[in-house]
Amino acid sequence: MTKVKLPKFLIASVVFYAIIEALFRLEVLNGYILHIINQSLIFVILAASLNLINGITGQFSLGHMGFAGVGAYVSGTLTTIILKLNPTVTSNMGIFVLCLLAGGVAAAFIGFLIGFPSLRLKGDYLAIVTLGFGEIIRTVFNNIDYVGGPRGLLGIPKFSNFTLIFIAAFLLIVIMRNIIQSSHGRAMLSIRENELAADLVGINTTQYKVMAFTIGAFFAGIAGGLLAHLIQLAHPTQFGFIKSVEVLIMIYAGGVGSMTGSIIAAFGLTFLSEGLRIGIRALADATNLPIGGEWRMVIYSLLLIFIMLFRTEGLMGTKESRIIKIEEAD
Amino acid sequence: MMLVVKNLKVSYGKIEAIKDVSFEVPDGKIVTLIGANGAGKTTTLRAISGLEKCAAGSIEFDGKNITNMEAHKLVPLGISHVPEGRKIFPTLTVRENLELAGWTLKDKKLIKERMEDVFEVFPRIKERANQLGGTLSGGEQQMLAVGRALVTGGKILLLDEPSMGLAPVLVDEIFHQIVEINKRGMTVLLVEQNAAEALDIADFAYVLEVGYTTISGTAKEIAEDPRVREAYLGV
Repeated sequence: MTKVKLPKFLIASVVFYAIIEALFRLEVLNGYILHIINQSLIFVILAASLNLINGITGQFSLGHMGFAGVGAYVSGTLTTIILKLNPTVTSNMGIFVLCLLAGGVAAAFIGFLIGFPSLRLKGDYLAIVTLGFGEIIRTVFNNIDYVGGPRGLLGIPKFSNFTLIFIAAFLLIVIMRNIIQSSHGRAMLSIRENELAADLVGINTTQYKVMAFTIGAFFAGIAGGLLAHLIQLAHPTQFGFIKSVEVLIMIYAGGVGSMTGSIIAAFGLTFLSEGLRIGIRALADATNLPIGGEWRMVIYSLLLIFIMLFRTEGLMGTKESRIIKIEEAD
Repeated sequence: MMLVVKNLKVSYGKIEAIKDVSFEVPDGKIVTLIGANGAGKTTTLRAISGLEKCAAGSIEFDGKNITNMEAHKLVPLGISHVPEGRKIFPTLTVRENLELAGWTLKDKKLIKERMEDVFEVFPRIKERANQLGGTLSGGEQQMLAVGRALVTGGKILLLDEPSMGLAPVLVDEIFHQIVEINKRGMTVLLVEQNAAEALDIADFAYVLEVGYTTISGTAKEIAEDPRVREAYLGV
C-alpha cells in the first residue's frame, strides 16, 4: 500500500496559521502584533515576486512598488465604487477576491507593457528604466483627482484579514516554487547565469524575461491590493522609489534567488523595524537620554551593513529550505 | 552548400563593423575566417547565429534564408555557436551545462547519447562531470563550451576563437578535437587569430580585412599566398 505523504510546506503552513490564529484568539497576540504579521506576509509576497525578477532571472528592477501601486489603486477604486453602489457588500469576500485579481491583472498588463521594450536593456540601464517607471506611476496617481491625488485614495473598505493575506502568501509561495523548479524556472536561471549562453542553447531569452516580469508584477499588484485593503488607504508615497528599495533590501538580505531567504527577511526586517521603534522608546524612557524614534533607522541601516559585510550572499545565499522545495519522487 | 553569406553588412550604430562579407561553407568541410583584431570575424558569426541584425545582404543556411532570424529559432534549425570567451554556466556542474544544452531537444535519450559522444571526444570533461563549470581551467571550459554545442546538435558548428587564452599544448589538443568533431560529420566554421593552426586543419579559408572578405581559396592556397604569409603567418 502506498503511503500518502502530505507536502511538508502545506503542513508547516497550516501549523503556522493555526498557532497565530490560536494565539490571537487566546489574546496572547494583540491586534498590533497581528497587524505587523499581516504586513510581513504582504512583504513576503512583494519580496518573493521581486525575487523572481531580480534573483532568479537576474533582471535588476527598481520599480516593483510601482506595480503594487497599480494593484492597490485599481482594486481600491473598484471596491470603493462597489461599496458606494451597494453598502451591504462589505462581508462578501468573493467580490473582494475578484477586485484583487483585477488589480493583479492590471499590474501584470502594465508589467508586460513596460517589460516588452525595456527588457532589451541590461543591468544598470534596465534599473534606470524601471526606476523611472516607478516614479511615473507615483506621479500619475498623485495627479488623478478621481483617486484622491496627493491625499491618496480614502475610504477603502477593510477587506484584508489575516486568513486572506495568509492564503495569498501561501499560494504565491507554492506557485513561485513550482515555476522556479519547472523547466521555465531553469530557463530563467540560465538567463541570470549567462544570457548569451542561454540564447545559444536555444532559450527564448526575451520571452522568459517578459514572463518573469509579468508574473512578478501580477503578484506585486495582488500585494498592493491587500495592503490597500488592510490599512484602508492607497497613497502615492507608499509606492515610491524608497519603498521599492525596501523590498530590494529584503531580497538581498535574505539571499538573492532564495525564496526561503525572502520569506525570512520579509518577516525579520518588518519586525525589526517595528521592534526597534518600541525598543528605542523604552530605552529613552529608562535612561532619560534624548534619543528619539528616528534613531531606529540608524540601527536598522547598521544591521543591514553588517549583514552585507559578514554574509555577502545574504542570510540564505541561494539555498532553499527543505520545507519549501518540492520533494523529488522516488 | 551548408551556408552561403552574401554581401553581408552589420553596423553598431553608425560604425560599420562589417561592410561587405561574402563566403560559402560546403557540407562536411572546415572553413576558416582569418584576420586581425577588428576585422569583423566575431560580428560575422554573431550575425549568422542571430545575435546581431544585418543591415544588408543575406544569409542562407541549408537552402533556407535565415537573414535576421532570432537566435533561439536558429538553434533548432541546426546552428550551434560557441561564443568567444566560452560563456559557460559557471554555477552549474559540467553535466548540468551539457543537459541544459539539450533544451531544444525533446528526446531525453538523444541528449544522453550525445553527452556520451562529448565524453568520448573530450575525456577531460568526463573526469570533471560533477564539478562546477566555473571551477574548470580555461581549456576545459572551452572544451565544455564546444561539448555543449555538440549536445545541442545541429549541422554547423560556429567556433569563435577557440584557442584564445589557452596554453600552446591545449591549443593543439583543441584543434585536434575540432578535426575529430568534423570527421564525425559536423560542418565547421572556424574564426581564428591563430592563422597557422587554423589553416592547418581547414579545407577552405577566407581572409577578412576591416569589414571585407579580401582573399579566398583552399586552405593550402591561402597558406602559400605571399600576402597572407607576410601579414598573418609572420613568415
